[in-house]
Amino acid sequence: MEPFRSVRGGGARAWLAAAEASLLRNLVGQIMTLVEPGASDPQDGNSPSGNPRSGNPRSGKSQSGNPPQDDDLAALEAMLYPPGAAQTPEDPVLARLLPDAYSDDPEAAGEFRKYTEPALRSAKYEVAKQLLDTLPEAGGRIQLSHDEALAWLKALNDVRLALGVRLGVTEDFEQEWAKLKPDDPQWTAYEVYAWLGAVQESLVQAL
Amino acid sequence: MSTAPAEVDLPRSADKPVSDRPWVTIVWNDPVNLMSYVTYVFQHVFGYPKKKATKLMLDVHHKGKAVVAAGAREAMEHNVEVLHGYGLWATVRQDT
Repeated sequence: MEPFRSVRGGGARAWLAAAEASLLRNLVGQIMTLVEPGASDPQDGNSPSGNPRSGNPRSGKSQSGNPPQDDDLAALEAMLYPPGAAQTPEDPVLARLLPDAYSDDPEAAGEFRKYTEPALRSAKYEVAKQLLDTLPEAGGRIQLSHDEALAWLKALNDVRLALGVRLGVTEDFEQEWAKLKPDDPQWTAYEVYAWLGAVQESLVQAL
Repeated sequence: MSTAPAEVDLPRSADKPVSDRPWVTIVWNDPVNLMSYVTYVFQHVFGYPKKKATKLMLDVHHKGKAVVAAGAREAMEHNVEVLHGYGLWATVRQDT
């Protein structure tokens, strides 16, 4: 890797080896799968493909010309916001990527999540896609506009958050890493985590 | 331990009715986000000068959390949405 440097006009450039590009592609792809809009929390048992209207046996009611009743609105809402959308994800990685907006008010947190989580998932999916679109398949020179660099910052951060949660890192992660033997199964994950931190740090400095 | 940084000048609100108290955006410490990145996000999202952004970042880092903005509830909820997009751990609450 050649770390990111700023370029005239506000962007940044770097150089990645083929293996580094391939690793990054893989990790970012995993985040896309995780946050893809409509994807359910793998641990909450709610399928996004289920028919949300199947639970409403009275769906013909509003055809009489009466204004919609509360039940009809509830059915409409259930269609737009699938069940489970208002709950904190059980997967700790998803819970960190899509955190509660209210720490002491579960009801307000649920309402907020119901209306904003789909957009947040889309935003995370889009920055990840932007990273992949600007990452040469076989590595090599990476040249980013300012907006692309911003997308890289966010997408790199999401990957680091996911890896950090899975590894259970603390602020002393370098000491934790130093305690591991090189043949420890987690050693490589720590190495990748440290590498991603270095890439992201160089990009922050370049901007 | 006080969590309100000196830079965000909150009106004294303990003696006001609940409905008049401002809402605040809080950013919580986490072990993953780089200090440089958090400072950059505060500059970029709120338009804070580097010195203020750095002070807020250090408050988050050392005190565990910091109030980074105050105002109307909708504006604070918008901040949180934006900060979640950057991967910062942010929440909203009404000032007490």
